[in-house]
Amino acid sequence: MKTAKDFSRGIADGIPIMLGYLSVSFAIGIKSAAAGLTTFEAALISLTNLTSAGQAKGIDIIAANGTLVEMILVQLIINIRYSLMGLTLSQRLDPEFKLKHRLLASYGITDEIFALCAARKSPLCPSYMYGMILVAASGWVTGTAMGAAAGQLLPEVVAGALGIMLYGMFLAIIIPPARKERSVLCVVIAAALFSLLFAELIKAVPDGFAMIISAVAAAALGAAVFPIKDENENKSKSRSGEAE
Amino acid sequence: MHARVLIYTAVMAGVTYLIRMLPFTFFTKKIESRFVRSFLYYIPYAVLSAMTIPAIIDSTGSRITAAAGTAVAVVLAYFELPLIVVASAASVTALIIGLII
Repeated sequence: MKTAKDFSRGIADGIPIMLGYLSVSFAIGIKSAAAGLTTFEAALISLTNLTSAGQAKGIDIIAANGTLVEMILVQLIINIRYSLMGLTLSQRLDPEFKLKHRLLASYGITDEIFALCAARKSPLCPSYMYGMILVAASGWVTGTAMGAAAGQLLPEVVAGALGIMLYGMFLAIIIPPARKERSVLCVVIAAALFSLLFAELIKAVPDGFAMIISAVAAAALGAAVFPIKDENENKSKSRSGEAE
Repeated sequence: MHARVLIYTAVMAGVTYLIRMLPFTFFTKKIESRFVRSFLYYIPYAVLSAMTIPAIIDSTGSRITAAAGTAVAVVLAYFELPLIVVASAASVTALIIGLII
């Protein structure tokens, strides 16, 4: 049963995302309650949006009674990175990925889910993505509801420890291929340097923008300096960067 | 549930969904450009790196516990341990150091 296996693999890979989301979405829940939203409203926003920066800004707009045009523009600008991510994933899909699966799975393109899906060397199949989206979204919605209902439930030291999980997972994805391919190593270092530059020197740029500008610049640099070989050679590269 | 909040929620969710759905669903042809294919090959690593650095250092609320967790994660990732092991070890390290200090 390939489908069942992919689904449970997606669930397993999604667990660190879920735990990371739990802690981040607490903060969103607390913010929602402070903006006068009910627990149900906060959870509904998390369930339907599944995005951190976009929701945080959206809640500000709701609290300030902003216009719908403002809401549309803000969401468009903050979340436009998902288009780039969707485009990247569209190139790596398994033939199983028919229209209805594309329509459904689009819902779950977040930074973290994208990163895990894109870093897989094998073509992306719907059941893997569904498994991952299911656990990740559960964590996101649950954390929001708990944050909105009860404020900070976890002792600070525990919440903090959960907060590093996502990043630990990211390191586990980028370090093995960076060790093997000098090109990936250069791209990773360039992206980190650009990102540091924004964080330390150009603080006026919002985080989401800074991240995408850094990533686009580093990937473009990598593509210019180290263009990849033809497709087949690329596919036959070591799979060990992938989690087992 | 206030109608006002429901409208905002629907607009937010609709815009966000369309942004995700349109390129993912309707871009079905293979990209030929070598530059673009190279760019798309590198973008996930670049995104992850830019998301992790420098944010990881402030991810726990204490730079000391974060640095310890990061060091453990880097070493375990270098030896290619599974994602969940690296992530949990970083977290447990941060927790233990946090309880000690």
